[in-house]
Amino acid sequence: MPDLADQQMPSPLPDKGIRSVSRMATRVREGFVHTFLTVCAIFSVTITFAILVVLLQETFYFFQRDEVTLGEFFFSTQWSPLLGSTKKFGIWPLISGTMLVTLIALVVSLPLGLVTAIFLSEYAPAKLRAVLKPFLEILAGIPTVVYGFFALTAITPFLKSISESFNVYNAGSAGIAVGIICLPIVSSLSEDALRAVPQSLRDGAYGLGATKFETSIFVVLPAALSGIVSAVLLVVARAVGETMIVALAAGSTPRMTLDPRSEIQTMTGFMVQMALGDVSNFGTEYLSMYAVAMMLFLMTFSLTIIGHIIRIRFREEYQ
Amino acid sequence: MSTAVKENPLKKNFKPVSREVRGMKNNVFLGVCVVTALISVAILILLLANIAIEGSVYLSFDFLNSPPNPNPDLAGFYPAIWGSVWALVVCACSALPIGIATAIFLEEFKPKNQFLIWMHSVVQLNLTNLAGVPSVVYGLLGMTVFVSMFGLFSERYELGVSYYTQYLSEGSRTLLIPKAEAGADSPELKNGMAAQYRDGTQVQINVIAKDAPKPTDKELLKRTLRADANGGEIARDQWYYLRVPFGRGVLAGGLTLMLVILPIVIISSQEALRAVPGSLREGALGMGCTSWQVVWLVTLPAGIPGILTGAILAMSRAIGEAAPLLIIAGIVYITNAPSNLMSDFTVMPLQIYNWAQRPQIEFHELAATGIIVLLAVLLVFNGIAVFLRQVLSKPLS
Amino acid sequence: MQDEKTLKVETEMEEEIQSATTADQPGREELQMLTAQKTEPVITVKNFNAYYGSFHALKNIEMTIRKNQVTAFIGPSGCGKSTLLRWFNRMNDTIAIAHAKGDLKLHETNLLKKGLDVVELRRKVGIVFQKPNPFPKTIYDNVAFGPRLHFKIGKSDLDDLVEWSLTKAALWKEVKDRLHQSALGLSGGQQQRLCIARAIATGPEVLLMDEPCSALDPKSTLAIEKLIDELADEYTIVIVTHNMQQAYRTSHYTAFFYEGDLVEFGTTADLFSSPKEKRTDDYIQGRFG
Repeated sequence: MPDLADQQMPSPLPDKGIRSVSRMATRVREGFVHTFLTVCAIFSVTITFAILVVLLQETFYFFQRDEVTLGEFFFSTQWSPLLGSTKKFGIWPLISGTMLVTLIALVVSLPLGLVTAIFLSEYAPAKLRAVLKPFLEILAGIPTVVYGFFALTAITPFLKSISESFNVYNAGSAGIAVGIICLPIVSSLSEDALRAVPQSLRDGAYGLGATKFETSIFVVLPAALSGIVSAVLLVVARAVGETMIVALAAGSTPRMTLDPRSEIQTMTGFMVQMALGDVSNFGTEYLSMYAVAMMLFLMTFSLTIIGHIIRIRFREEYQ
Repeated sequence: MSTAVKENPLKKNFKPVSREVRGMKNNVFLGVCVVTALISVAILILLLANIAIEGSVYLSFDFLNSPPNPNPDLAGFYPAIWGSVWALVVCACSALPIGIATAIFLEEFKPKNQFLIWMHSVVQLNLTNLAGVPSVVYGLLGMTVFVSMFGLFSERYELGVSYYTQYLSEGSRTLLIPKAEAGADSPELKNGMAAQYRDGTQVQINVIAKDAPKPTDKELLKRTLRADANGGEIARDQWYYLRVPFGRGVLAGGLTLMLVILPIVIISSQEALRAVPGSLREGALGMGCTSWQVVWLVTLPAGIPGILTGAILAMSRAIGEAAPLLIIAGIVYITNAPSNLMSDFTVMPLQIYNWAQRPQIEFHELAATGIIVLLAVLLVFNGIAVFLRQVLSKPLS
Repeated sequence: MQDEKTLKVETEMEEEIQSATTADQPGREELQMLTAQKTEPVITVKNFNAYYGSFHALKNIEMTIRKNQVTAFIGPSGCGKSTLLRWFNRMNDTIAIAHAKGDLKLHETNLLKKGLDVVELRRKVGIVFQKPNPFPKTIYDNVAFGPRLHFKIGKSDLDDLVEWSLTKAALWKEVKDRLHQSALGLSGGQQQRLCIARAIATGPEVLLMDEPCSALDPKSTLAIEKLIDELADEYTIVIVTHNMQQAYRTSHYTAFFYEGDLVEFGTTADLFSSPKEKRTDDYIQGRFG
């Protein structure tokens, strides 16, 4: 195609005044642009590699330390890196704290989010949808530090008014707040999945005399199941990585417990504590932050990738 | 099921499931749906009401204009607001070009050879992964890459900064005596040494013995130092102050925010470009445009409202992001707006966190006031995004 | 393994259909001369008008659907034939802007009356759609879906009902060994027969078929048509079709619609051999549409 400019063709245009754009200049510009775009695209891949390199390197240094062994890290159930001579580096209390908060968040967000999604996709008339969706979008757009504040100043006092046994900092309050930020994610991802189910399946169920409830629950919901499972995985990844809420509301005492009333510490909460503390940049406890981050990264990485793959499969099911 | 069923089993007249029960289930579920949907509305109202009530106490013009203060009545949000602005500008200037370029690469330059196809899918899958990485992990990455640059530099390289030893003269004026570099020993005080006042006026100092009487001349007294005077190091930086590694400055913070929102910018720009009808591209290609000309002259102008909308939403995510900056900047007491890219800084969510984590109720109220400001900014951002989406996006096909 | 099995079943089916097409050829000739009988009316339509918003989709329709007879609706796209069919079991309720007035009765029940139990109506008036739409469940669960909703039915009765329905839909032989595999693994023609089995498993009186063969290949089409002939012994069938040969081959009565009007309605034999209206003649001669 660009060769046209070179060919000897009788020009319909007068020779004077109009010159063809230099092909050389065009090619140089195209080449430059391509290179620039490719470099930018590679940059995003580089970020992933950088994360891996940084985390792996510092984690490696961490395990080089005398105070800590791989076995202790993965099998010990005590985490107390700041306690002077009796430092303990067993990751499980942090993982259990994270899991507890995530679990509470799921208990809050899954039923609410799913029912909201079913309502929006199957029941709500267009006008009501147009009113409700923005509310959910606003909920999703509010910064997490605001939810942390809300957990601390509203949810915790509310929980304490129900039962005095709730600590000032507790897993329950943080979990509920994390659940609130997960709610719009669950509902919008699940709604997408439900809407992707072809209308013909609903028609089929209605044609057999199913009520709207029966159609939604026994036909549409199962048909959208893989999409919903993927949504749940993505939400778990989000809850596991949530930081500001747990930093404000969950406390800073690593503890193996399933009691939502007690103070705990999550992996992210520990990272914040380290970042704010006065520990030296080279101490074992500082390096332990990277080891914890590595665990966190691995968890969210596998959750997002599996969730993504399931979602792609689901999309293919219905074109 | 061994024998073939000849007779219609429906002739047995099975007992029907009660229509009332089925209808009731349907209605109960609808009720549950409505209540659930209202719950999210109720949460939002509760949240906003809680903040409005707590935050109204300190909300005033002074709050926007004064630095934080241990006395809640005097405390303000000024450095945090400007810190956010600086960090956001850095973030936008880095994330938008890279993000949009990556989106163009993925959407507009569909690969032809095997290697590029493979690369496209790697970049695409990687995006999904990046979007799911907790933002606090980006904080650690920024810490290592931008703040300390892997510890590759044994010393700090600086531009646009001078170091001084700061003395208080006998006449109660601040005297600054230049130093060779940060951390160097203060030069021995000699009569006639060049120095400057805080405002930059050049003077020569007058050194007197430690037990000598003060000179009577007021002008001389102002630049008089005793030989045993002790001074502290002070750095005076220019607006273009740069250093490598970046340290915990606003540049490192903004770049870290860039890492956080880059996947969002890329994904939303991709969607905007995808929405541009293929017929436009074909038309331009048919006229002999090169692939970049198609992008620059046709696709980008058509996709720009969508890209901008996505960019603004990404920015509003960056404005509210606290965790990675908590790692980069920590909680420091800052009383001024940043003056250059290396300045220590705080941002609105960090200041809010700082206040919220304190036990006193007054600081909680300050945090709520800060939240009101933050939410107002977000409201403006989202308003612009909605406006762009509604007004600028004319149908394209 | 699975693929081989599917393949085998499909070849068996092909053979069966081939034998049906060759051996039954004379028989089919007879079928073409289906003689309409004036059995008792099941659905009566009088002065019926249907709208989508302000669009007048059906104008003053009058007709009677008779018991155990196959009635075919023909006409060009957009003529309103599917609309009428979907009013027979109120499937149009899923379209917000659809409304109708006039007389539409199933026996003595007014189908347009407010507060009509559409769920019970749809159990009695089953429907099969243009594109096969089996649920992404097992074959067994697809057929058992309706009965489980409507009846208190035991496991063995349900098994019997599934077998009977699949047998009726001429699908039993092909799927009896894989009842608990996904219905989505069936071929298009098998899926459509599954949808028919699913519809008759709720014990309907009337079966509505909305272009049931338009998404199918000729062999599967033939299988479905054969099925319609057989089902007519027990059910009242209304079929919408684009295909005039299909209407001719399968129906006792034919209604020709054009731009919302019921142009002509009569026995299939009359309508095709001596149409009263010129538009009908033009259409069945293939001059438009």
